[in-house]
Amino acid sequence: MNPSNGKGSVSMASSSGGWKAGDVVLDQFPAGLRVLVVDDDPTCLVILEKMLRACLYEVTKCNRAEIALSQLRENKNGFDIVISDVHMPDMDGFKLLEHIGLEMDLPVIMMSADDGKNVVMKGVTHGACDYLIKPVRIEALKNIWQHVVRKRKNEWKDLEHSGSMEDGDRQQKPSEDVDYSSSANEGNWKGSKKRKDEDEETEERDDSSTLKKPRVVWSVELHQQFVAAVNQLGIDKAVPKKILELMNVPGLTRENVASHLQKYRLYLRRLSGVSQHHSSLNNSFVSNQEAAFGAMSSLNGLDLQTFAVTGQLPAQSLATLQAAGLGRSTTKTGIPMPLVDQRNLFSFENPKSRYGEGQQQQHLSSSKPVNLLHGIPTTMEPKQLAALHHSTPSLGGMSIQVNTRGGQSNSLLMQMPQPQSREQILNESTGSHVPRLPSPIGQPIMSNGIAGGVIGRNGIGDSGRGTLYSHVPPTSSMVSFPLNHPTELASNSFPLGSTPRISNVTSKGPFQEEVNAEIKGSAGFMPSYDIFNELHQHKSQDWELQDLQFNASQNANPVEGNLDVSPSVLVHPGYSSSQRIGQNRTASAIGRTIYSGIEGTEQGNTQIIGQNLNNLLADNPVRVKAERIPDSCNQTTLFPGHFGQEDLMSALLKQQPGGIGSTETEFDFDGYSMDNIPV
Amino acid sequence: MDKNRHLQRQLDMKRSLLDQGYLDEQFIQLEELQDDDNPDFVEETVTTFYNNSARFLQNIEHTLGDCPIDFPKLDNYMHHFKGSSSSIGATRVKNECTRFIEYCQAANAQGCVRTFLQVKQEHAILKAKLETYFQMAKSRIAAGAPSLCRSKNTSFAEFASYRKYKLFRKSDIVYRYLK
Repeated sequence: MNPSNGKGSVSMASSSGGWKAGDVVLDQFPAGLRVLVVDDDPTCLVILEKMLRACLYEVTKCNRAEIALSQLRENKNGFDIVISDVHMPDMDGFKLLEHIGLEMDLPVIMMSADDGKNVVMKGVTHGACDYLIKPVRIEALKNIWQHVVRKRKNEWKDLEHSGSMEDGDRQQKPSEDVDYSSSANEGNWKGSKKRKDEDEETEERDDSSTLKKPRVVWSVELHQQFVAAVNQLGIDKAVPKKILELMNVPGLTRENVASHLQKYRLYLRRLSGVSQHHSSLNNSFVSNQEAAFGAMSSLNGLDLQTFAVTGQLPAQSLATLQAAGLGRSTTKTGIPMPLVDQRNLFSFENPKSRYGEGQQQQHLSSSKPVNLLHGIPTTMEPKQLAALHHSTPSLGGMSIQVNTRGGQSNSLLMQMPQPQSREQILNESTGSHVPRLPSPIGQPIMSNGIAGGVIGRNGIGDSGRGTLYSHVPPTSSMVSFPLNHPTELASNSFPLGSTPRISNVTSKGPFQEEVNAEIKGSAGFMPSYDIFNELHQHKSQDWELQDLQFNASQNANPVEGNLDVSPSVLVHPGYSSSQRIGQNRTASAIGRTIYSGIEGTEQGNTQIIGQNLNNLLADNPVRVKAERIPDSCNQTTLFPGHFGQEDLMSALLKQQPGGIGSTETEFDFDGYSMDNIPV
Repeated sequence: MDKNRHLQRQLDMKRSLLDQGYLDEQFIQLEELQDDDNPDFVEETVTTFYNNSARFLQNIEHTLGDCPIDFPKLDNYMHHFKGSSSSIGATRVKNECTRFIEYCQAANAQGCVRTFLQVKQEHAILKAKLETYFQMAKSRIAAGAPSLCRSKNTSFAEFASYRKYKLFRKSDIVYRYLK
């Protein structure tokens, strides 16, 4: 048999559409795929190994689940996919599945001679990518690479093509955008952005890879510490920053915590939602983790919603964004804005369209996230959520969700989306695509970035950011929110840095802060919220997306215009344009301005964000926001010059504290309509 | 001729095993996986299977002997065994396993016991047949006949010589016939 045939024309190579720099891996893909096989039956193990070798994969076999797990932990990025038996003596296959999903987020294929519907269903609900019936034939194994690609693709999608591709899955391409109902413009700018990003990506690929943070292995002890910290803080108040401080683990970054928090939230949500599954898992936190992670792994496919659910900031940020924009408080819960939203957020197209998208996103995200958050002890404080919502109505969807994915995806996303997001952002001509938070950018930044970006624009970033915060490397690119809310930045140090592009989002701080201090409080979404907070704060900061990491230090930089959000952070100077946000329409205008500002640069992302913010703001049926924005704008210097967004953000942020309660309702995305933009 | 005969006998046996349902496609796949690097792959795998399956059968037997019978546990064991046997292509054994599982899920102790005997029987029969089969393969290889398995590195010379041999044989036969 000719295994190479199986690989066939890996469309990957061609699909990458833009990833030129293509990884060398692309060409060989799927050869060299690193597979870990776990089965206690030596006969099957040997046969599988042989078959997989025949497919030109790199095979590692284990006959015990514990060994497999430890191998995975030691070498987090050492495997692409795991194949595991269901019935194993030392550990149930599903448990292993959840562990892996929780900790490593790798695609897992289950297999068994048991083809009963219940068992297969169990596999599905626990997040398995596939379920093979024994005897496993080599034909079935030839195609397992599709799961790796699919997963990466979904992550990218979420991240809005941040441009950092792992193992050459770059192909995943940002074209995911098509899924989003963004306006046509989006596609355009996406494409252009993608192209642009691609170039950048290839160049930065190395950078991003180096920037990419190594996955943190959440060991049992670590998780226990984490849970203890969360419980100590209180679910509502558990912010990544505080958790990090409480845990006091060297080498652990806020982003790691943020993404883990998201997952944990998701897990909790699952617990509440799917008690049967989790009840059995409750015997150990691990299982909890698993649940959460399991959920998370399955989230891959889910849109930002899932993100939101996972509690990762992105969702929150999205929620906040949405809330901000739509005045919907509900969105807070789940980072309603799935990554998709992000992109949508960024779609600058006419505000209307943005809104629509934003709404969609919000709906998406909100529908899910809302639930999620509800179930999960929202780490984010309601205020924060509200704040987030307020501030980043538009952002909410966008960036926040990106981050939800948890650290991994964040970094990934951040890397990937950045370029993409930028594209998107840039592409958005009218900035109406605000909701489109450039996923690429957003992703890493997702929580932060988006928030940042969005916030930056409208100052709404606060909300948006919150969600984005999730691991998204502070790529504050999103963060480019001109909002110079320095306060949050610190917290927002999302690992955004992972994607160099996204790093822009890291808008260093300004965005993060903008997101409202409140957002910070929202423990849940941390990353995203942080971004928003920071965004607000940093209104003026230059959104330097360079590193998604929202460095609190960035606060200082006024958004004015550096939105270097290149990767995803819209930090682009476009923000300055956001200054216009003052006006009702400014929201959209801001976005647009931001967008325009960004157009030139990759920072379009920020623009998008901003626009999204604007959109959010503008479209808020609640009007209140819009009105507020102008007010805030006045107050905040967001708009002056560059920071229109910042002002918005700040304005939003400011308003949020007080109006959180009200804002929540305002952000009811459902009711959100573009037409409501008070002009 | 000897070599050829060996090869032929082995092929015949395989064919009969396939036809009778003792083995199936999976076994063919395994053989295809075998190559020069690992010429005894199939045999090794089958040996591993039989080593492990004996243990499993014992476990099942013990569980069956328990009172009351732990059906879920039996179910687990049997699924495992079924997976194992199906991986090497042991069709009949697999079928019996399926039947066993059905009885098990119906919590039919009698049915389980009966079917289990069948499982053991098929298992033993197949073992004997496969042993013969592998012996044939060994003797064939010892006699120098080309390996059945897919040979990655079949040298052209080897191949050519084999072909020549075949041609020769053919001509020999023809010659004899003509005679």
